[in-house]
Formats: sequence, C-alpha cells, structure tokens
Amino acid sequence: MAYFIQQLVNGLTLGAIYALIAIGYTMVYGIVGMINFAHGEIFMIGAFISLIFFVVLGVIGITWIPLALLLVLLIAMALTAVYGWAVERIAYRPLRGSFRLAPLISAIGMSIFLQNYVLLVQGAHEKALPPIITGGFDLMQQGGFVVSVSWLQLIIVGATLLLMVVFTAIIQLTPLGRAQRATEQDMTMAALLGIDVDRTISLTFVIGAALAAVAGLMVTLQYGVIDFFIGFLAGIKAFTAAVLGGIGSLPGAVLGGLLIGVIEAFWSGYCPSEYKDVAVYAVLILVLMFRPSGLLGRPEVEKV
Amino acid sequence: MSAAPRVKDAGLAALIALALAFPLIGFETSDAGVGFSTRFSWVAIAAAVVFAGRLLFGLVPRRFHLHQFGVRKTAIPQGKLVKLASAALIVFAVLLPVTPFASRRSIDLGTLALIYVILGWGLNVVVGLAGLLDLGYVAFYAVGAYTFALAAQWYHVSFWEMLPLSGMTAATAGILLGIPVLRLRGDYLAIVTLGFGEIVRIVLNNWTAVTGGPNGIGDIPRPSVFGMPIAAGAPAGVTTFNHFFGIAYDPIQRLIWLYYVALAVALAINWFSLRVRRLPIGRAWEALREDEIACRALGLNPTTTKLSAFAIGAMTGGFAGALFAARAGFISPESFNFQESATVLSIVVLGGMGSQLGVALAAVILATLPEFGREFAQYRMLIFGAAMVAIMIWRPRGIFTIRAPSVRLDRI
Repeated sequence: MAYFIQQLVNGLTLGAIYALIAIGYTMVYGIVGMINFAHGEIFMIGAFISLIFFVVLGVIGITWIPLALLLVLLIAMALTAVYGWAVERIAYRPLRGSFRLAPLISAIGMSIFLQNYVLLVQGAHEKALPPIITGGFDLMQQGGFVVSVSWLQLIIVGATLLLMVVFTAIIQLTPLGRAQRATEQDMTMAALLGIDVDRTISLTFVIGAALAAVAGLMVTLQYGVIDFFIGFLAGIKAFTAAVLGGIGSLPGAVLGGLLIGVIEAFWSGYCPSEYKDVAVYAVLILVLMFRPSGLLGRPEVEKV
Repeated sequence: MSAAPRVKDAGLAALIALALAFPLIGFETSDAGVGFSTRFSWVAIAAAVVFAGRLLFGLVPRRFHLHQFGVRKTAIPQGKLVKLASAALIVFAVLLPVTPFASRRSIDLGTLALIYVILGWGLNVVVGLAGLLDLGYVAFYAVGAYTFALAAQWYHVSFWEMLPLSGMTAATAGILLGIPVLRLRGDYLAIVTLGFGEIVRIVLNNWTAVTGGPNGIGDIPRPSVFGMPIAAGAPAGVTTFNHFFGIAYDPIQRLIWLYYVALAVALAINWFSLRVRRLPIGRAWEALREDEIACRALGLNPTTTKLSAFAIGAMTGGFAGALFAARAGFISPESFNFQESATVLSIVVLGGMGSQLGVALAAVILATLPEFGREFAQYRMLIFGAAMVAIMIWRPRGIFTIRAPSVRLDRI
C-alpha cells in the first residue's frame, strides 16, 4: 500500500509536467487544427534556458532561492515564448491554406532542426544541475516503507493546477480567450468580424511555449539532468496526454497528463520498466482507435 | 516600402534573433552544471546576419520571392527531360563498378544509396501516392532486416530464400498495423505510426533472448551468385563463384555483387510502382490523397485502398531491410530509430511526393552527403530539418517537381 501511494505521488508529479506540455498541444490543436510536432522541442529549449540561467545566476551571486527561482521562471517563460512565436511565424504561418500534410511535415522538420540546433550549440552530453529545492515530509509509514513527498513535488502539482485554472479563466473570460474561441470555430468568419487571426494564433503559440518553459523548469528542478533529446519522448507523451484527455480541452489535457504520469509510474513500479514507453504508446493507440475524442473532448464532425 | 520601415522591420527581426540566440548560443554551461562560458560574439553575428538578410530580402522585388516560384513550378518541362534524366541515372548506376570512381568505399556507398532509394520509393507509395503520413516506416525496415537476420541465425537460410520472405513478413506487419489504425485521420495516423515504430525498436532492444538486444545480430550471410558463394576458399562440396568462373578472389567482388542485387531490386520496385500506379488501385490511392470524403461518396472503400498502399510500402521497406542486413553483416536496434524514419521521410519530401525520379535523386544526395566531410555530417540533420520546412513553404511538391497526376480528366 505504501509503495502504491509512493508511486502515485511520483506519477502525479511526472503527470503534472506532462500536463503543462499537453496544454500547449491542445490549445494549438484547438485553434489551428494541427499537431505542433515541435512543441516537445520547445519544452526541451525551456529546460535548457532554465538550467543555463540557474547556473548564470549562481555565478553572478543571486543565491537566495525564491528570487533565483522567480527570475529563472520569468526569463525562461519569456525567452521560450520567443521561440514559440518564431516557430509559428517561420514554419506554420506561411502554410496556412496549403495542402493537408504540409504543416505537419514542416513541424517535423522544425522539430529535427531545433533538436540538432541545441545539440550543436550546447553539446550532446547530459547537463546536470545540483538540487536546488530540497526537503520534504513523510506522508505515512507502513511496514518499514516510508512514503515521502518533497516540497518540490507539491510545488509542481500545485503550480500545474494553478496554471490550469488561470488559463481556463483566460479562455473563458478575457477578450483574448474570446478571440481564440472564435478563431477556433471559424477562422474566416472571425477575421471578418474584426479579430486579428494572425495575432490570436501567435499568442496561442506564445502561451503554449511559456507553459512548456514552466514544464522545462520543473523537469530541470525535479530530475536535475537534461539533454537535447528529452523533448522527443516528453513531446509524444504529452501529446498522448492531450489526446487521452480530449484534444482541444484544457482540463482534459491536465487530466490526461496526470493519468499518463500515473500509468507510467505504476508501470515502472510493477512491470518491467524498460517497457514503460511501450505502455504509453499502447495507451495512445488504444485511445485513438476506440475513443478518438478522448475523455473530455467533443466528437469531431468531418465537413467537406 | 520606403527605406525607414524596411530598416525598422529588419531591426525587429534582428531583435528577435537576438532573443533567440542569447540564451542558447550566448552561454554554454559545463556538463557538471557549475560554470559556464560565454559566446556573445556569436550572438552578435547571428543578429547581424538576420538584420542584413531581412534587409536584403526586402529589397528583392516581389516577383522574385521564392514562394512565387512555387506557383509557377508546374511550367517545368516534363516527359522528355524526365526520361532522359532517368535513363542517364540508370546507365550511371549500372556502370558505376567499372567507372574510375569504383572503389570499395564508393561501391559500398552506392549500395547504401540504393537502399535509401528503395526505402524512399516504398515510402513514396504510402506518403506520396496515398497521402498517408507514416512516421514509423523504419519499423518495417527493421522487420525485414530482423526477419532475414534471425532466420539466417537459427535456420541457416540464404539471402535469396529470405529476400521475398522478409518482404512478406514486413507486408504482414503493415497489414496488421494498418487494419486498426488506417481509419484514423491524417495527423493522428502519423502519431500512431510513430508510436508503432518506437514500440518495435524498444521491443528489439529489450527482448534479448530472441533479438540479442542492444548487441544485435552478427554473421549475417552475404548473397550468393546463383548458389555459389563469393569466397577465396570453400568447404568441401561447395563450388565458389571464383572457382566456377576461374576468377581470382577479391573482396570487392562481394560488394559489387551486392550492389547489383540492390540495383536489381530497386529497378524492379520502380517498375512495379510505375505500373501499379496506372492500375485502378493506384488511381484510387491518388484520388484518396486528394479527397477522402469524395472517394467514399463514390463508393471506394478507403480502408482497403489505404491498406494496400500501406502493405506495398511495408513490403518495400522489408526488402530494403534484408539488403541492409546483408550489406552490414550486422544489425542492432540502433539502426532503426526515429531519425531513420525522418531521413526517409525527408527524402520523399525533398524529392517531391509522388515523383520516382525526384525521390531517387534526393535519396542519392542525402545518402552521400555525409561523405563530403565529417563536419558536414554533423550538420546533416540540421540541414534536413531546415530543408523540410523550407520545401513545405516554397515548393510543397518537392525540389525536383516533375510529376503530373498519372491520370487527367482530359486524357481519359
């Protein structure tokens, strides 16, 4: 039982990170109907920027942890958002209205490009960061097995839920959210009614990238080791999360992310862990086959 | 645009480049995560290049912009030119082993290029003709290679017995995967096939009892010449090729033979796909690519149509896999990662989806590119990625776009 709860805690932490990335997939899919294949790499870039600025701040002497954390968070969100914006501007905007597979192929190209760009400028080695937020508490004890929860895990899950609430509110209540929902329903009509469609789509990518940067920061803090390749797997898992939750739905992305994290943690805990990725891919394939609209999504109607 | 807004626009672009380059190019942390070095001059260079580039781009008259070419590309002469180029390519390929370029290195490279040509043509049927984006194509390549390698290891069967079987096993794998997933929409299909490709690689990597895991499988036999091995000496009762023809043994003969085998397989596949394209099924693929809903309305069964394209693509991948195993003599799961799928996909995209000649040229170029220098190899995937984006923007039908639809209304 204690082991079960420990896996659940670990799974929720991992799932919260997937959820943050999944929000980016789900928002972009909702609004332009494409899989932003490069989103995993945006997350990886966010992790790299976080790690770099932790090191830089440490060297220039800002060592009070809350301040350093806040600064890194802001810098990483801002600079990663520029990447998100640039990817959309360069690789996707010129393709609006091109043939069906064009944006997806362009996205795959962008993903390969970004991965190899980071490989070239930052090297192939794993980058490590010493633990910054340490400590935690013991949740329970049973038969000599202690279930421990670290402060960091609480922060990660808490921040994810907070961001989900904030962004759901943005989409429901603000003019930007209204513009997004209008663009999602009918791009041409929205443009006719005076909505700047290009700007709305750009902002969607910017928000998605900023959230991916938060996820990147959390991965850097939680696991302490990153390399240029982490975006590929995390991207697929987050995409699976978005599909599982129902693509286009924000709470669905968070729910899907948490579920994927928990599935992965339990699989590692109870089954041969080298097959944990297979478990996630299997979930992806099964969901797409039997319930393509996901848990919280609406069924899609094909129009001519 | 007058000068001032142009400079402002370029300045803005440079500012963005600065923000992009500053964190990742400007700093390089040490691997241990305790110190860093700076490269701000690089950042400045990047920003300056973007500024100059954007400024110059603004000066180019609009009608010379690259994406304007994209609209006019259909004017490229067809028919004769394509035939001439194809013939030249085939003649060059056939004569390669007797040209002055022939060396162990170049023939081996030629074989590799041909394997990529075969892969490209196989994926071309799936992506270019049927319009199904398959990101896990390497799985069928792996199935073909492992079928041959395992059969050779356990049952000591030869290359020639296993070549068709490798193709058939891969085609079966394609059908088994295809039945459940081909109902999915385009981009979902892409992700599912990607997942399938990764599952195959993970299983190959971890099912150590059968596949040898990361250590792979070695001692894969080379193809014989009508049952006669190419070897210096042979065990009793076996006539070697060299003995039969009275030619002194030279290791390059094996490479040349394998090269011709690959060439023959490639030409057979080319002939097959050119033919099948003119059959009703081939026309159905292209129709399905253009408009699935219309096809359904006209009574085409999209699932069987897609399935046939998928199976033929998979079978071709299986042949390529068997050739790859025979060429290397050793295979391991590392040869079948996503990067390989992406490479084959970029061959098809760069070559122009649906164009046989374009795909062949792209495959040869991409396979031989890393040989022009090790530094170049380092940038290979970077260039692939950037090229895929650029092609989609400027020439979505490929660099060597020379293919019209197989059937046009006015010609029926």
